[in-house]
Amino acid sequence: MGDVSPPEEIPIRDEADVVRARIRAREWAARLGFSLVDQTKILTAASELARNTLIHGRGGRCFVSVLERNGRVGLSMAFEDRGPGIQDVGKALEDGFSTAGGLGLGLGGARRLLGDLTVESRMGEGTRVVGIKWR
Amino acid sequence: MERIPILKVGPYLLVTIQVDMHDRLAMALQDDLMSAIQRTGAHGVLLDISALEIVDSFIGRMLGNIASMSRVLDAETVVVGMRPAVAITMVELGLSLAGVRTALNVDQGMELLARPGKEGRGGADCG
Amino acid sequence: MAEKRWAGLGEILLDKEKSILKTWVQEQDRIGTLRPDLMSEADLAQEGAEFLRLLGRGMAAAQSEDLGDPAWEPLRVFLEKVSRDRGRRGFGPSETAGFVFALRRVLLEELKGSKEAEARSMEVVSAGIMSLLDRLGLLTFEHYLKGREEIIARQQQELLELSTPVVKLWDGILGLPLIGTLDSARTQVVMESLLMKIVETGSEVAIIDITGVPTVDTLVAQHLIKTVAAARLMGAECIISGIRPQIAQTIVHLGINLSDVPTKSTLADAFRLALARIGGGPRPQKEG
Repeated sequence: MGDVSPPEEIPIRDEADVVRARIRAREWAARLGFSLVDQTKILTAASELARNTLIHGRGGRCFVSVLERNGRVGLSMAFEDRGPGIQDVGKALEDGFSTAGGLGLGLGGARRLLGDLTVESRMGEGTRVVGIKWR
Repeated sequence: MERIPILKVGPYLLVTIQVDMHDRLAMALQDDLMSAIQRTGAHGVLLDISALEIVDSFIGRMLGNIASMSRVLDAETVVVGMRPAVAITMVELGLSLAGVRTALNVDQGMELLARPGKEGRGGADCG
Repeated sequence: MAEKRWAGLGEILLDKEKSILKTWVQEQDRIGTLRPDLMSEADLAQEGAEFLRLLGRGMAAAQSEDLGDPAWEPLRVFLEKVSRDRGRRGFGPSETAGFVFALRRVLLEELKGSKEAEARSMEVVSAGIMSLLDRLGLLTFEHYLKGREEIIARQQQELLELSTPVVKLWDGILGLPLIGTLDSARTQVVMESLLMKIVETGSEVAIIDITGVPTVDTLVAQHLIKTVAAARLMGAECIISGIRPQIAQTIVHLGINLSDVPTKSTLADAFRLALARIGGGPRPQKEG
């Protein structure tokens, strides 16, 4: 699996950055030729994960890059923060969430949208979430 | 900061969301809308999201909040114009708009508001 | 080694282009790779001349018969173009590669009579040419195949799009008759197009008829359910009709929950339900 391009770094410091991350994700997805529905999934996942980084992670960074494996092209988005960390990653991945504003982090949803999602987290140190959608 | 315009259409209020929503804008919209409902005595609110490319959990919550708050003020809310790609993504995401009715466009939204209301479509329980 | 491997041969090609071209066309005719029905003689002659010219120049400059040598680039690019073009025109694979292979014999004959051949051992020279032309022939073949694959993929996509007819049954009611076995990819395309049509026409009800579908597997069933859920989110309703007892059994067997989805066994029943849903009468059109 190789990085086709150096990752583009997008800071996530405030709400405007969440919007910016979404816009960049859309531009990348369109450039890579994803279908409209797939683009929407990528954007939505990016928005969820960026917001997580902002709210739960207390701000951080996002790295967008293009990957290639076995002739397939993939868009990778990595979200890093130095926040409190996630206590139970397994549970966070399972949670759905409701509009009642539950604590669901939406990680399970993001995984369903992208197909490939890994989470690394250490209490008190931070979290790194990497989501990849393959074309 | 720009605010989202609220129009009066007959006995209803129409809100067309065309920009990227963020926290402060959403709060401002909710405030403005509740004042408008009180001021005009409108019994229905149409939220036009046909320009939205995505509905994530944040926006989903906002729509739900608007519906709940409006109901307290005796106004029903209908969300109209959801794009297919957005609907498909929301289903995949497991996002439900329970308690929020939906219609394909403003016209059908107004018809829905005119009918005696009950818990309508919009709650999508995706297995 | 400073000695250019092909020096001299390249010049022969440039010198004797016309006669080599003539013999080459004859050779293609002899081995049966000419297709006058697909390509005019004039076009063929032009292609051939260009090929010989580029081959000659390559030979004059290249250090080896490794096609990675930059001196071969113009020839490689040209061959790719020719192969894809022939693929599009309908040439078969051997007919396309024959373009190159026919040249082997012709060049050998030509060399026998040349000074170059005398100066160096005939075997070395001919082995070199064989090797070079073999590589070029294989390259042609590869490009041809790639070009064909792309054409087929595109045709499949077009076919997929054409075979997903959504019909208007009534003001506000759409019908989607699904026919034949459904695979996951096709179902997805079909469902997306149904949702688009719902928005375009402002139809509140869509009837998905699966009378013509022999079996439904888990993936297809899931797509159906997701589509129904998506339509509902948008403000429309889907009714699934034509569920035969066998399919009903399969669905229960697979543990799929259809309790949220309105289903009817016949299209007529589904239509009646749809009419009731829209309350009868003409619908206002979606504003432009």
